[in-house]
Formats: sequence, C-alpha cells, structure tokens
Amino acid sequence: MYRYDAIDKEFLSDRSNEFRHQVSRRLAGELSEDQFKPLRLMNGLYLQLHAYMLRVCIPYGTLNVAQVRRLAWIARTYDKGYGHFTTRQNIQFHWIKLRDAPDILDALAEVDLHAIQTSGNCIRNTTSDPRAGATAEEIDDPRVWSEAIRQWSTLHPEFSYLPRKFKIAVTASAKDRTAARVHDIGLALRRGRDGTLGFEVMVGGGMGRTPFIGQTIKEFLPATRLLSYLEAVLRVYNRAGRRDNIYKARIKILVSSLGAEEFGRQVQEEWAQIDAARADLPDTELARIRAAFIQPGLEVLPAVSDSYEAARAANRALGRFVRNNVSAHKTPGYAIVDVSLKAHDATPGDANFDQLEAIADLAERFSLGDIRVTHEQNLVLPHVKQSDLPALFEGLAAVGLATPNINLVSDIIACPGLDYCALANARAIPVAQSIAQRFVDADRAELVGELKIKISGCINACGHHHVGHIGILGVDKKGEEYYQLTLGGSGAEDASIGKILGPGLNADQVAPAVDRLVEVYLAERQGEERFLDTYRRIGMTPFKEAVYVDAH
Amino acid sequence: MSTLIKYTANGATEIENAFVFVVDDEAVPQGADIIVSLSRIKADGEALLASGVRVGVQIEPAEAVEDLAELLPRLALVAVAFPKFRDGRAYTSATLLRQRLGFNGEVRAVGDVLREQAYVMTRCGIDAFVPADGSSAAEWSRAAGHFRHVYQAAADGRTPAFSEPGRR
Repeated sequence: MYRYDAIDKEFLSDRSNEFRHQVSRRLAGELSEDQFKPLRLMNGLYLQLHAYMLRVCIPYGTLNVAQVRRLAWIARTYDKGYGHFTTRQNIQFHWIKLRDAPDILDALAEVDLHAIQTSGNCIRNTTSDPRAGATAEEIDDPRVWSEAIRQWSTLHPEFSYLPRKFKIAVTASAKDRTAARVHDIGLALRRGRDGTLGFEVMVGGGMGRTPFIGQTIKEFLPATRLLSYLEAVLRVYNRAGRRDNIYKARIKILVSSLGAEEFGRQVQEEWAQIDAARADLPDTELARIRAAFIQPGLEVLPAVSDSYEAARAANRALGRFVRNNVSAHKTPGYAIVDVSLKAHDATPGDANFDQLEAIADLAERFSLGDIRVTHEQNLVLPHVKQSDLPALFEGLAAVGLATPNINLVSDIIACPGLDYCALANARAIPVAQSIAQRFVDADRAELVGELKIKISGCINACGHHHVGHIGILGVDKKGEEYYQLTLGGSGAEDASIGKILGPGLNADQVAPAVDRLVEVYLAERQGEERFLDTYRRIGMTPFKEAVYVDAH
Repeated sequence: MSTLIKYTANGATEIENAFVFVVDDEAVPQGADIIVSLSRIKADGEALLASGVRVGVQIEPAEAVEDLAELLPRLALVAVAFPKFRDGRAYTSATLLRQRLGFNGEVRAVGDVLREQAYVMTRCGIDAFVPADGSSAAEWSRAAGHFRHVYQAAADGRTPAFSEPGRR
C-alpha cells in the first residue's frame, strides 16, 4: 500500500489550510457564492437538498485500517452516523455544515485522506480494480499507474479548469471491474509481443444524458509514456472541448463530433511535440511507487485449508457466502472477500459507523489491514486466509455485512436520488429496496445468477443505469415519479448501452416488472447464459411483451 | 492606470501598468506602449513593431497561441485573457508560450483574474496579473506560494515532488 511521506503530508496540510482560509473569506462575504463554488467543489463540497455533502476521495478505492476508523469517526461526529460509498470508489457524507468542513479536512489529512478534486471540472479520482495486487488475473498492478496518475493530476495547473469533469480508469485484467469503457479515459494494461508493458487507451466513454462507449485511439501505448500521452489528450480536450453548454462539454461529445480517428490524430500530433523527458515520470519514481505496493505479510500456506473446507461443508450459510462473495487469490491458501453493502433493507452503498469500525477491525485481523471499495458500492477484503474465512464470516454477519449477493439481482447500484440530491427527479433508494425485497429468497436469487440492476434518479446517470443489464431511470412526468427501464447495458469488458424497454412505469410497478423480466430469462436461457447473454440472443420483444401484457 | 502585480522568484510587487489595450477599430495612441489583438498584430504587425513603442498581444481563449510564434522575439508581453475565471484555456496558452515557444517575456493575465487562481496561473508561467478582485501584491504572493510542494513539472520550473531530495 502506498504510504504518504513528509512531502505528501505537507501537501495535504497546505491544502487544508488553503481551504480553511477560503471558507473564512466566504463566510466573511469576501467571496461570492459564484467565486466560492469551484473552490468548494474542488474540495469535494456540494450543496444538496438538506445540507452540504462532502465527498472524500479514496484513491483508486484503497483504504487502510486507520483511514476506515477515521471515516467512522467522521460519520458519528459530523454526520448522522453513516457514510455512502459511491460508484467512483469514494465516500460521501450527506449532512455536513460548511463551518465544520475545514476541521473535517484536517481530521482526514491526519490519516492521509482528503477531498481534493472529488468534484469540479478537473481530473477526478482514478478508478481501479478493487482486486489489484490480489488477483492472478492482472497483467500488472494497476495501483502503480493509478498512484502515478493521482500525483500527476493533483492540482495540475493546466488542467484544473477543464470544460467539464474528467474521469480516468485503469484496469489490468480481462475481466473489467472498473467500467473503463464508460470513463473519459479508460486505460487497459496490455503486454506487447515483446513482453513490454503498455496501455490500450480508450477515450470518450461516459454516461449522463448522452451515453457513449469509449473508443480506442491507441492500441498500445508504452507504459512509461503514460503521463505525456495523458497530457496530450487533456490538452486537446482543454482547448477544443465545448464551454458554451455544460451538457455538451464532456470529452465524449468532442470525440463524437470529431470522430475517434480524427481525435486520435490530434492527440498524436500534440503528443509528438511534448518533451518526454519533462512530461514522463522518471523510472526511479515509478520504481519507488511500485515498491510501495509490494504486499508484505503473505504467508506460505497449503493451497487448501482443511478446517475451512470442513466448516463450509457443515455451515450452509457460510457455504452460500463463499459461493457468492469469495474469489481466488493469487497466493495459495488465501482468498478475496467481497463485502456487500446491499442488505435487502439497506440503502445501497451505505455503511454506518458500527459497520465501518467492524470492517476496520476485521481487516486488521484478517486482511493485512487492507480494505478496498468497488465501483459497484461494495467493499473488498483482498487478502484473507482461507482458514480465517469462517471467523470473518461470523464477524461480518454480526454487523449485517454478510449478505451473500455479490453480482446477484439484489446487488443493485443506486444513486442517492430524490431522498438527498438536488438534481434528482425521482427516488432511487426505495425502488432498489423494493426490488431487493422481491428477491429476498436467496435460493431463487442464486438460481437467477449474475444480474446487474442499476438505478439513477435522474438523467445525469450517477446510478449508471445506461450500463445496467436492467437499467432503471427515474423521470418526472407532470410532478409524478416514473421509471424508464432499459435492457442490455453493460459497464464491463463487453460494454454496451441499454435500450429502452417501453413506456415508463410508476414506482409500484418496477419490482413486479423486474420479476417478469427475470421469469422470461429463466424460461428462455440456455446453458450457462447470464440474463444479459439471453437478452442479447433473443432480443427485446419477449421481455417487452411480458412486462406490458396487461396493457394490451 | 490599473494596478499590475509582477511576480518573480523574489515575490510579488505592485507596479504601474504602462501598457494601453487598443481596441481593434481604434487608432493607436502616440508614444504609448500598447497591447493589441491577435488579428491586429497579424494585419498591422510590421507598422506597429516599427513605431518605436513596446508592443504586446492579447490572446483570447479560442485563439491559437502558436500563431504568434514568429513574432514572439519582438513582443514585450503576451496577455492571456480570462473572460471568466472558469475558462481554463489560457492555462494551455501560457504553458505553450513557456514550454513550447520558448517565450521569456512577460505573460500577463487579464480579465476575470482572481487571487484564488494565483497558484495555477503562476505554475503555468504567468508572471504578471491585473487582478479583478483588488488583491494586493502581498495577498497575491501568499495565494500563489501556498503550497510547499508540487506534484508535476510545469512552466514555472519548480522541482516536482518526485525530484525532491527528501522523497521517500
């Protein structure tokens, strides 16, 4: 895990002092709200329906024990006792007072956390694989490159006032757990024929009101040239991106209007003029960062733990948890554990301070002090000994965190929606809960298998509905909340944008409609097909007929 | 005349702004140092540069600073315009002036120029400011120098964190 040295710590302290000064100028009336807004946004502070919301950065989704404990303390001290993990691996506190914000930032800085660039028209937190450093699938550790990007993008002087926000993802496995193809830049690590490391560079993906899948503009960028190439992409975008209409200001609109080929050509032309010796990170620095991610403490263990095998055979609940939430680790005798924040009666992504404290304790005992956040609003304990799995399961169950539903129908992504957000047209959380309740039968949920439902309370698509196998979009129709369903989206390596099923449904009709969609799938599926595969094979019609049968 | 803040390695000082911005369809005042638009310097450049006064050019966000390449050795300054402080295109213009076009003269920020952006402006190589918020040189200097460390190499030549001797 990357550890902040004196330089990183002094930087955070300077940032915190700067913001304290800006808040005092705002409270004294020396700054207008218009002038203050981008400053508070670049420190993660939004004005929402009821209060300020503070979005704390979790760099590429990686936390240590002290950081989780501090987040728990903030939840208890400054919020109503909980935090909300987001689809970008960050955490939000929804009940913050402006005057407390500088103190909170100081408290965060003490454990090397901050809220820098979690909002605003700048380069945001880099998304990465929550299984980094633990999965045998990866070509290289994506955290090395994510940390290089974190440093490069932090208060980047040229790219702090972009046309619009800018999000980068780094994925390193064939299975994409970062939604790279719906980021402004998706970077997929590749090995060249000669064994050298590089990136496939995809640009112009994104959601919002005009969703696009990112397009490849470079098949193989030598990894050591990453920062100069990013500089070229950002410079072309900063100059040519639209600034007259915020809905057309994302890079996806520029790439779409120029065409990916022409955009790529402009980037190439710009890149050729950049002095690599200045722009690219020196090998010594890359080596320093890489060394920080070497995982100490992994023991040499037998590939199979007999006590664990016996326990999972004897305990049905543990067996189910293992089937759904536990994956192979690259080191024999270890496992990767997904911790679901999607209990059936919970708000997707929420964790209260008891749960955060428990996660910190369990990570300290069982996961080498390492905790990850997923873009699907769950947590991961990446380095758990198989022999510790029964005890970990009991510990998670004690605080309601052992829900065995990873990737299943109730593992729903939802934005905060109209319950919190000033932009929302409709509620998202109660709809997620009504669907989860409908699939509370765990055997049936397992029978259905992987099914990704994603819910957004408005067209800004924070709940990623465009890339849900089933997407649900809340809309306002003459003062009433309606929900538009889409089918066939995916944010993974097989990325696609979902298509609209039919007329909008009211809130009570959504869960029954999902039920009918699932029944069609179960009747039609062949072999090992997921819901998404069946939909792609048979098309929209059977699903549409099932949902709207009463309308005929 | 408006206040001008000059920023050097030794800090910020307030000086009198000797330059007059001349709108395109206005006549050039006799004997005054002037700033003109890119289109005017393209049209009348030789005459203006031969007139014996110091000449600067103002670059608007949508204009390509590369168009000035050949004229740069003869210009006293380049003004980069911020019609709104949120418009970040001038940061690229300033960066390219310093890093790519090798301009060593004054790069001046004009328009909606606020102390809160002092840090990014100076890092992009802007070394003169006409503040729109009444900032004093001392306030500007404090805002620009707030961070003891920087993470990336930029036009101001500051040593990035990764090259600092204390990096661990």
